Amino acid sequence: MDIVTAIGFIAVLSVFLAVALAIANSKLKVQEDPRIGRVEEMLPGANCGACGLPGCRAFAENVVAGKILPGQCPVGGPETARMVAEYLGVDAGQTVKKVARLLCAGNREVAPQIAEYDGYPSCRAAAAVTGGFKGCVYGCLGLGDCVASCTFDAMFMAPNGLPMIDVEKCTGCGDCVRACPKGIIELYPISQHLIVQCKSLLAGDDALAVCEVACTGCGICAADAPEGLITMQHHLPIVHQDRLSLETELATLRCPTGAITWVEGQQFPELFYPLKTAKQKAKASRVV
Amino acid sequence: MERLLFREKRTFKHGIHPRDYKHFTRDLPIERMPFVREYVLPLSQHAGAPSRPVVKRGERVFRGQLIAEPAAFVSAALHAPVTGVVAAVEPREHPAGKMVDAIVIQRDPHSPQTLFNEHPIDWSALTPSELLEIIRLGGFVGLGGAAFPTHVKYAIPEGKYARFFFVNAAECEPFLTTDYRIMLERYPHIFSGIRVILKILGSEKAYIGVEDNKQEAIALLRETMPSDLPCEVVPLKTKYPQGAEKMLIEAVLHREVPSGRLPIDVEVVVNNVGTVAAIGELFAYNQPLIERVVTITGPGIHRPANLLVPIGTRLSDVIAHCGGMKDNVRQVLFGGPMMGMPQRSLDVPIMKGTSGVLFLTDGEVVPRREYPCIHCMKCVDACPMYLNPSLLGMLARVRRYEDMLEHYIMDCIECGSCSYVCPSNIPLVQRFRVAKALLREKMARERAVQG
Repeated sequence: MDIVTAIGFIAVLSVFLAVALAIANSKLKVQEDPRIGRVEEMLPGANCGACGLPGCRAFAENVVAGKILPGQCPVGGPETARMVAEYLGVDAGQTVKKVARLLCAGNREVAPQIAEYDGYPSCRAAAAVTGGFKGCVYGCLGLGDCVASCTFDAMFMAPNGLPMIDVEKCTGCGDCVRACPKGIIELYPISQHLIVQCKSLLAGDDALAVCEVACTGCGICAADAPEGLITMQHHLPIVHQDRLSLETELATLRCPTGAITWVEGQQFPELFYPLKTAKQKAKASRVV
Repeated sequence: MERLLFREKRTFKHGIHPRDYKHFTRDLPIERMPFVREYVLPLSQHAGAPSRPVVKRGERVFRGQLIAEPAAFVSAALHAPVTGVVAAVEPREHPAGKMVDAIVIQRDPHSPQTLFNEHPIDWSALTPSELLEIIRLGGFVGLGGAAFPTHVKYAIPEGKYARFFFVNAAECEPFLTTDYRIMLERYPHIFSGIRVILKILGSEKAYIGVEDNKQEAIALLRETMPSDLPCEVVPLKTKYPQGAEKMLIEAVLHREVPSGRLPIDVEVVVNNVGTVAAIGELFAYNQPLIERVVTITGPGIHRPANLLVPIGTRLSDVIAHCGGMKDNVRQVLFGGPMMGMPQRSLDVPIMKGTSGVLFLTDGEVVPRREYPCIHCMKCVDACPMYLNPSLLGMLARVRRYEDMLEHYIMDCIECGSCSYVCPSNIPLVQRFRVAKALLREKMARERAVQG
């Protein structure tokens, strides 16, 4: 008998709650633009924050509201931007693909260490201890904070102590830029070929004393380049991004240290591609 | 009551008891370092904005002359430590590991090194704001290590009152004896400095907090204290970090500085004893902050000393004066062993905030392997700020920095007690410093986005 009472009570209760839920569903319904959900599906879904908003959902809401343009998602690239723009019937906006570039070529052989460091293996920690162990205070410490921060598997450390950035995987989200305590990773348009792989503000022999491939601030590249493309500032050449149409390889030919380089796609290609192949092979053999 | 308090030995809770190693230099009188050829004065020797140079290359400067003015409210002036010629204004190596613009002065070997415009200042005739301006132009910063501009500390915000003035002479860092020697040899300047500061702040009372391993200094200060000075010498238990200002206030007044607030919120202003003595000298000779006492110590130096060094003297010159380094030196630190900054180069200059230079050898610097946290809670018992370093360390290891905020990481004073007691050799403080730097950057970014 008891069990029948119990079953009856639960049955009545469930009917009552179902009715309550049905009423609540119709009365308290949140009206939401269905397009937000669709746009969110089109986005990469990495929730990386590279657009400056907290996640892809927020980006979708802002795009639908017309506050920003689809092209401002650096991760999705032109393809996503075009898709979203077509769906919403708005302008895609600027879609220059930007990638992270390493502005230091001072690997272990050319930029020696002057001190030992046996603390916590993080660039940020090493830099906090009197700027790190490298002779050059501007250069890459090689402890891999940027690699750890990359959510797209686009970076790995080369055995020479420099991080390698895979331009095919890099989305330009800027996480590594923020992770680097030395500020030697910057986002450049992928179409920019002239890259100054040095951030040392030292000039002449002072710069060469700590790194063989440092920029000495001689200014030859600025003189060789077309008018207005490169100007010298604090003993470093600045490539003006609004004049990239003038770019020419001539500017790199007479550089005494090779600090300014002509990059097509991948930085350090002769080092990068063998390493990447080796990595892929190792990964494949692990899977088997 | 007085005897009762004395017996219970005032101190704070938690903390650690490292050996003090002060025997290297504690009985050596302060010795003046002879002038050398070249001085390097970084424009950023203090907390806040870098100073703005007012001299050019090739200009002749006199010892004690202003060479860089404060560029903002939180900034400090800079003065020539010697008479000579400005050789350059260029980036030079800074003890914090950056290249920072510095004024390089070459000493004139033929000119006398008398002070520029030396005369005593009659402070009793001046108003507090005039006194404050003199201190501001004197380039005074805290000489204990953090180098916070002194005039900023004395500019009390509206509605707050510095009822008590604390002279921090605890010197809890092992090895360092700078403050101890200043108390023994320059006590008249300490007392005159206290008088000036009490007038500026309008405080009721001053306390001098001294750890009880410096009994001679406590006895001497009590004996020579002018009877009309509202000042008390408080012996404190020898414990690290007794010299942290929050610990000092807790020990003497039993007041706790609230999270994220400053000592002024509990009606206190704290100064290092070296700063107070330097302010006394400012009014005695019109001498700005151009030299300071530095303890040169450790097993790695041939002749340890308490040196009176002109600011800007390069470390290599100091080492040469002290008989050179031993062959087995492994680490050179600016400051003490607990909070000191390891140096990568011997070209860096002695700065306003350099309280000591410590030379450690193979015997002391042993690389240790890190083991997992065993939750022994030794660090929790050691943390003077009542944080949970064990938990914070684990969060930092997996880079969950924002979660660390909820556990009050920003209250960490980076004293290093947790790392010292950790049986697993976890570099806790180093992780916290990374976390704090990243969090501060993130907050600044967020403010920039909002503003």
